[in-house]
Amino acid sequence: MEKKTFERPVIKKVQIGMPSKFGLKSEYAPIKEIDGIPVKNLIEQYGSPLYVISEQTIRETYTEAYKAFSTRYPKVQFAWSYKTNYLDAVCKIFHQEGSWAEVVSGFEYEKALNNGVPGNKIIFNGPYKTREDLIKAIENNSFIHIDHYDEYYLLIDLAEELNIRPKVAVRINMDTGIYPQWSRFGFNYENGEAWEIIQRILISNKLDLVGLHCHIGTYIMVPWAYANAMYKLIDLFLGVEKKYNKHLQYIDIGGGFASKNTLKGAYLPGTDTCPTFDQYADAITSVIINSSISIEHLPVLILETGRALIDDAGYLLGTIHATKRLPDGKNSLITDLGVNLLFTSFWYDHKITPAQEFGPYTEETVVYGPLCMNIDVIREYVQLPPLKKGDHFVISRIGAYNMTQWMQFITYRPNVVLIDTNKNTHIIRKAETINNFNNLEQTPEHLKKIE
Amino acid sequence: MNKKLCIAVSGLNATDNPGPGIPVARSLRESEAFSDAKIIGLAYENLEPGIYMPGIVNKTYQVPYPSVGSENLLQRIEYIHEQENIQVIIPNFDAELHAFITNEKRLNDKGIATFLPTLQQYEERHKANLPAFGKKHNVLVPKSITIASANDIHKIRKEFVYPVLIKGKFYDAYVAFNEEQALMHFNKISSKWGVPVIVQEFIRGTEVNVIALGDGKGNTYAAVPMRKLYITDKGKAWSGISIDDDKLLKLTYQIIDSTKWRGGMELELIKTNDNKYYLLEINPRIPAWVYFAVGVGQNIPETLVKLALNMPAEPFTTYNVGTMFIRYSWDLIVPMEQFQILSTTGELEKN
Amino acid sequence: MKLKPKLAISDSGFIFDPSTGESYSLNEEGLIIVQFLKEGKNEEEIKEHFLNEYDIDETTFSRSYLDFISMLKHFNLIEHE
Repeated sequence: MEKKTFERPVIKKVQIGMPSKFGLKSEYAPIKEIDGIPVKNLIEQYGSPLYVISEQTIRETYTEAYKAFSTRYPKVQFAWSYKTNYLDAVCKIFHQEGSWAEVVSGFEYEKALNNGVPGNKIIFNGPYKTREDLIKAIENNSFIHIDHYDEYYLLIDLAEELNIRPKVAVRINMDTGIYPQWSRFGFNYENGEAWEIIQRILISNKLDLVGLHCHIGTYIMVPWAYANAMYKLIDLFLGVEKKYNKHLQYIDIGGGFASKNTLKGAYLPGTDTCPTFDQYADAITSVIINSSISIEHLPVLILETGRALIDDAGYLLGTIHATKRLPDGKNSLITDLGVNLLFTSFWYDHKITPAQEFGPYTEETVVYGPLCMNIDVIREYVQLPPLKKGDHFVISRIGAYNMTQWMQFITYRPNVVLIDTNKNTHIIRKAETINNFNNLEQTPEHLKKIE
Repeated sequence: MNKKLCIAVSGLNATDNPGPGIPVARSLRESEAFSDAKIIGLAYENLEPGIYMPGIVNKTYQVPYPSVGSENLLQRIEYIHEQENIQVIIPNFDAELHAFITNEKRLNDKGIATFLPTLQQYEERHKANLPAFGKKHNVLVPKSITIASANDIHKIRKEFVYPVLIKGKFYDAYVAFNEEQALMHFNKISSKWGVPVIVQEFIRGTEVNVIALGDGKGNTYAAVPMRKLYITDKGKAWSGISIDDDKLLKLTYQIIDSTKWRGGMELELIKTNDNKYYLLEINPRIPAWVYFAVGVGQNIPETLVKLALNMPAEPFTTYNVGTMFIRYSWDLIVPMEQFQILSTTGELEKN
Repeated sequence: MKLKPKLAISDSGFIFDPSTGESYSLNEEGLIIVQFLKEGKNEEEIKEHFLNEYDIDETTFSRSYLDFISMLKHFNLIEHE
């Protein structure tokens, strides 16, 4: 006779205000496999915790996003936001799909070059570009988006020194009607600073002004904010046409599209409230199409969307290390992955799904990571079925930022595996070992002996 | 109409912050057209009084909170539909409206009708969008701003003179007389309903309310203005009186005509001493005092169901002025077994 | 280990404690343990049942059993001896 699956016995007080147990069943259908590969096998082969990236999902999401824009507007160019996820394999999928690179540091710039991206398909953003970074970008004919006046003057100097006319765009910040207003990057629209820098560039003629750029914020849930931004950018675009008879090549609307993750403090889940690519595309493109820019001078629309393109493709697999009853009777789980690997748990209520079958019964649970630090909490409160030591679980939608903002704190970063479109698995970043760190450290002679 | 209809209603929480489910069910029970309908209760919590009250719902099903995602809610509704063959759903819980509005077609395809505002109507009347709404539909509204962080409390001082109203996205409104109180209310509201939180100019005057029903084409099918006589400490009407106010009715017709509002609604307005009407809020659903409208001659739930099912319906044009309602509490005796059955099976038959 | 004597336990996994008015719900495994305890079975007998019927090793069961009993104690459902 086959034995029954054992679930931890659980008792809980019946309270008002508690969602009924059956109602939660469908919320927690187990995730037993990713792209057809059992979670169990992935962990057996590559260890736990484990990052898994689905190439299929990346390509499908990119296609969906590209279609949303390209069916509405004739000139669309995506530029992959390196800071969102700069694992080479991930970047190369986007480059194969046709994305340029959008980088915000000398390190990311080198990564893009190493990935084979031609210099004239790299957009260099950000408030901190060193003299060396800028020289490299100018010599490679990349697009430099100016953030502040000091950078502008440095570029003027370098243009003379190198005798090259750098291709630049101006980063613009503005009030789009949303909170918070990002005002620290670029030049302000409302106070006239943006128009002033544009004029200086055009009058001095030492830099080749080719575009306008803005990036209104992050996790923007309201597509109309992009429409407001576009109105203001087009106002500047038309101003340049009128006064200088010059047609800028592109408008870069930046990124900031939301993903389906649920922000802490939000009442409705992200899956219900996240706008679609079509909604964003509609808001953005209709403003350009309906503007008075003539058809032959329509600018290329550049998008630097990161999160919305990669979040769904990333999974973090983990294992229950221990269960522990807290003094107030609440159940807690100690897992092998914490805020060191899931930086985004500081602002999302990540969805945690068991990787094996379970009953309809759930209990209030706190999910901890492995760090010996009080703040290492993945979920402060979540209804989960009674998991036990050794059970696996999957955290979905973690592709954005976690593989760049991860912390090497008291332990190693684990393997990152890519599942390709033929369901083959590849390690794309090896788990760290003590040697990685020994290689970097040097001990002075007098400290070598501790006796 | 011989076929017995099945109508589902939610919001059975007739507590000190009552939902409209019980009065909606009662209105249908007392209607001419649907007195023999089977009424299904949809309950989020196991102590919602309507589950246990005699003569209100025939059967209750527990449903998952909208905060776990509309997909779960919809699947549960579809399961209930398989058991009961629901023809109409009247959602009465603010937080669930988004899910029902965005899934109108999916429900229609299964043979379930709703009669709700469109997503655009629902979005544009959001408290946070009130200034734009006022401009677009030519209605006076109090000045308001939204804040998403406690760090922005200081902005209130720049834009307003205290006192101000601090309001949540879905529910709750408190008066703040100074910055400390504003911060306290902000924290309370944002922890419960999330951000943004709305800060609104405090308009002095008398609060008046209108319950109304629009057909989605600009026609008003029902409208009853009421002044609250007594308000609980949660700001809910405990007693009210129907009033004769043509200007207010005209404003209601104008709003419904301009928005092409579909479904039930409640307008909350302040009438100032110089006879101006400021729109404070549009509740995009039937309010909890709907039975009062029935009591003065306008059975709004009955007409709403007729409109939802494309049955012929006549707009109401009159109501009794000077009639009052007084709410009361009532202790219901409930056998433990009923609570137990509901809590373990999620369903309770009640005939 | 004895349960409070007057607890009402239903087959659907619902416990009502008449002395406090509190109600509790159980999953299948919890219900089985509570029913065994009510019949006066001891830990060994209960363990034997689970090891026979369920796909579970002794350590994991004992660990879960202890945790469950601690919750019964937490809710004051165990008689003080």
